Amino acid sequence: MTDGWNGTDLWTLAVIVGLAAVTVVTRCFFFFSSAEWHLPLWAQRGLQYAPIAALSAVVIPEIVMQQGELISSLQDARLYAAAVGAAVYFWRRDVLQTIVLGMAVYLPLHLGWGW
Amino acid sequence: MFFLPSLYRHPEFAKGARDLAPQALGIAAWGLMTGVAMVKSGMSMFECIVMSLLVFAGSSQLAAIPLIIAGAPAWVILATGLCVNLRFVVFSLHLRPYLIHLPLWRRLGHGYLTADVSYVLFTKRFNQVAPTRQGKLAQEAYLAGNDGLNWLSWVTSSLVGITLANGIPPAWGLGFAGILCLLGILCSLASSRMRILSGVVAGAAAVAAYALPLKLNILVAIAAAVMLCLTVERVRGER
Repeated sequence: MTDGWNGTDLWTLAVIVGLAAVTVVTRCFFFFSSAEWHLPLWAQRGLQYAPIAALSAVVIPEIVMQQGELISSLQDARLYAAAVGAAVYFWRRDVLQTIVLGMAVYLPLHLGWGW
Repeated sequence: MFFLPSLYRHPEFAKGARDLAPQALGIAAWGLMTGVAMVKSGMSMFECIVMSLLVFAGSSQLAAIPLIIAGAPAWVILATGLCVNLRFVVFSLHLRPYLIHLPLWRRLGHGYLTADVSYVLFTKRFNQVAPTRQGKLAQEAYLAGNDGLNWLSWVTSSLVGITLANGIPPAWGLGFAGILCLLGILCSLASSRMRILSGVVAGAAAVAAYALPLKLNILVAIAAAVMLCLTVERVRGER
């Protein structure tokens, strides 16, 4: 790329470095201090429910929301791809097949029918 | 971290990488589309590359790009990235006992590299902190293999996306492969009724609170699901 540097400015680069620092601060928030403390038992129990909750909170809106609204039409490729993907997962227990077969449903519906 | 011999020579390192491998395609599809989105936004090639190599957080990158282009104040952009990343603070609380015995730079290195998929796979494999030193090393090696491959597939695919940006229209929706990847992992976690309850509550809460700015609906959903599950546990325990 000959124009790779065009438009690069120091302010943007500084912001990007700042965003990297934000990644470190959030992902390491409780790692900075090594002081001895233990979570109360109820919080330790509660954290076991956090991974599935976090994934679900990220994934479900990406399947059923469109431009900030709950979708009202069933003509949406994501619904069928997600249904097939979940069925494939429970049948084969394999995430790669979930992705491949889900996309095999998604792409024809999305690109072919415009769903 | 993948460059430490004591970790990459450990058998658990390979196990961690193997467990991540089926997910790598989904992560790569997501990285690819993030790379495309960065270039299409009008950032320079160099800025896109630096962002891919340093920031390593797709949702915060996608939230920050339009603000950078619009020339928003730096503190607004950083505060946005912070809010979008708040779920990682919960992850760090969960991972703390597994890593806190390590020197600071190693804790920070592991934390930086551990994004959603590695966090979920790690806590799925190890629901208890190992009591012995060897056990802790094995857990650390697993994490390093897992997040090392995650990092590699994310960064490589982002760079490919940056290079091929004009040949891959975002309208194709290839990024949906990333959602299918997370959906597969979500299904793999649905192993008890309480966990399924957590997932259902969080999904519904994330949709209901979708109007909140800065993806705060994700944090609200996690809090709602965890609190409801704890309440249900307590009620059932007292019966």
